[in-house]
Amino acid sequence: MTSYLSIEHVHKTFGEGPTATEVLRDVDLHVERGEFLSIIGHSGCGKSTVLNIVAGLLETSTGAVILDGKEVSKPGPDRSVVFQNHSLLPWLTVRDNVALAVDKTFKGKKSAAERREWVNATLDMVGMGHALDKRPDEISGGMKQRVGIARALAMEPKVLLMDEPFGALDALTRAHLQDEVMRIQSDLGNTVLMVTHDVDEAVLLSDRIVMMTNGPAATIGEILEIDLPKPRERLAMADNAEYNHYRAEVLRFLHERHKNPESEAA
Amino acid sequence: MMSAIIDRTMTFGAGRERPAVRETSTAPVARQTAPPARSGAVPADPGVWSRRLRNAATVVLPPVIVTAFFLLIWEMLSSSQGAVLPAPSQVVTDTWELIVNPFYDHGGNDVGMAWQLLASLERVAYGYALAVVAGIGLGVLVGQSTWAMRGLDPLFQVLRTVPPLAWLPISLAAFQASNPSAIFVIFITAIWPIIINTSVGIRNISQDYVNVARVLRLNGYEYFTKIMLPAAAPYVFSGLRIGIGLAWLAIVAAEMLIGGVGIGFFIWDAWNASMLSDIVLALVYVGLVGFFLDRLVAIVGNWVTRGTQAG
Ligand SMILES: Nc1ncnc2c1ncn2[C@@H]1O[C@H](COP(=O)(O)OP(=O)(O)OP(=O)(O)O)[C@@H](O)[C@H]1O
Ligand SMILES: [Mg+2]
Repeated sequence: MTSYLSIEHVHKTFGEGPTATEVLRDVDLHVERGEFLSIIGHSGCGKSTVLNIVAGLLETSTGAVILDGKEVSKPGPDRSVVFQNHSLLPWLTVRDNVALAVDKTFKGKKSAAERREWVNATLDMVGMGHALDKRPDEISGGMKQRVGIARALAMEPKVLLMDEPFGALDALTRAHLQDEVMRIQSDLGNTVLMVTHDVDEAVLLSDRIVMMTNGPAATIGEILEIDLPKPRERLAMADNAEYNHYRAEVLRFLHERHKNPESEAA
Repeated sequence: MMSAIIDRTMTFGAGRERPAVRETSTAPVARQTAPPARSGAVPADPGVWSRRLRNAATVVLPPVIVTAFFLLIWEMLSSSQGAVLPAPSQVVTDTWELIVNPFYDHGGNDVGMAWQLLASLERVAYGYALAVVAGIGLGVLVGQSTWAMRGLDPLFQVLRTVPPLAWLPISLAAFQASNPSAIFVIFITAIWPIIINTSVGIRNISQDYVNVARVLRLNGYEYFTKIMLPAAAPYVFSGLRIGIGLAWLAIVAAEMLIGGVGIGFFIWDAWNASMLSDIVLALVYVGLVGFFLDRLVAIVGNWVTRGTQAG
């Protein structure tokens, strides 16, 4: 079976000898082109580890990740990452943060003028066209996250990886950015892998929700297909029976079958 | 273990305008560059001016009062019977020629105070410049490579405790000339805090930035210029600032021993000629120049690292 992105029987153990901890056991996941997948699970189960393995920031212990027919072993611009804490470089302006990624990715493929144009276009797309020359410490948390998303999108990755991209934001800003990401994803047709704690976010945005069992040695417990037509309207979903059914499914998985006393969905 | 010990002990007096350089995340976001959009009608408000005057007064008055008080006590103590130290008024009278003619040149060592200071500054400039280049280079090496750190750190920790003047005989033996020896003493004095702070800065580069660099596939040169230098800059500058202070401390002592034109030997010469007033004047100049050197590095540092402290 050949999927666009295949995570094939991945195991991950940190450390060696007596202190070794097995974090992931036999994670097997196949993602089609253009799909939006969420990974949900209790804190510490290994969601970020899965994402970082796909990003190439971590190596697998055994198993492999195959993207578009090629095995990935190190980071690359075909898998851009939106980090939870935005990770913008504070000494560069908004424009230069994105330009660093664009220049690096498209050197030799686009002219300098085209690259500049593309930086502006992606920042416009996330609604940050007005703050090109601001530094990260001069803009709000939500704006920083927008720039982080623009930086990742600007690389035109095969897969967009997001690790709790909205985790640090207030509810209103988060809702706003979720809508924005939905719009952009339906425009561009990106393949997205997103880690989240938020059940509503997972159901609203995803085509499929990957629910992970508790660690140690976590694996995929269940995969829930969200068969709701897109685009999805946040308000309309509130009293949509199907939506609430999916929501309840996820909650049931997290709270009944895989209880974790130390964590609540965000 | 590399620690910023020097950093802690040496910056206490200078920590006024910049908080601890250690934790980038805890630094306040105070230096906003964007001014508030205020349109017109600023000078018309008399309240603004009186407030500004009052602010200026609260900054300027205390040091003026304390200095005046200090000079007064000194004057009174020195005008009593049997006082050794000349009173401030006496110092000014004695050294008036030196004060008003900083640029005279009668050949040999007999030159104005400005030339003496410039000669010292020139030595410091050479020694310090070498220390900056070598110190940042070694700091990057030690910060980047665990192997280099394990090998070099013990050596550095021992060598940095050697007092500056202890290097002078060896460097005189090596260079067979006084000027390069003095420059070497400056170099070896200033280099340790630069190495240590640079390496601490590099070790403290956030894993987030490293991950960004890896995802973007930055090469070594790009990583060095776009991530490493800016991220470590606040630490580097704190090292540079301690280094310039130490260099200026060392030059005066070194020049006392090597002779020739320079503020250090000027002081020694004045002592041999029992001209205490000249010494007092020289000390004032040494203090002022040291202060301006420190400010200069601090200002350059603040300018270069603007924006890098918040995140
Ligand atoms: N570099 C590492 N060395 C050792 N153990 C690690 C390392 N990175 C992660 N772990 C462990 O692996 C487990 C999974 O971590 P991971 O960050 O993937 O969890 P997570 O599901 O993303 O949690 P959260 O929801 O809190 O972000 C944790 O128990 C963590 O302690
Ligand atoms: Mg995580």
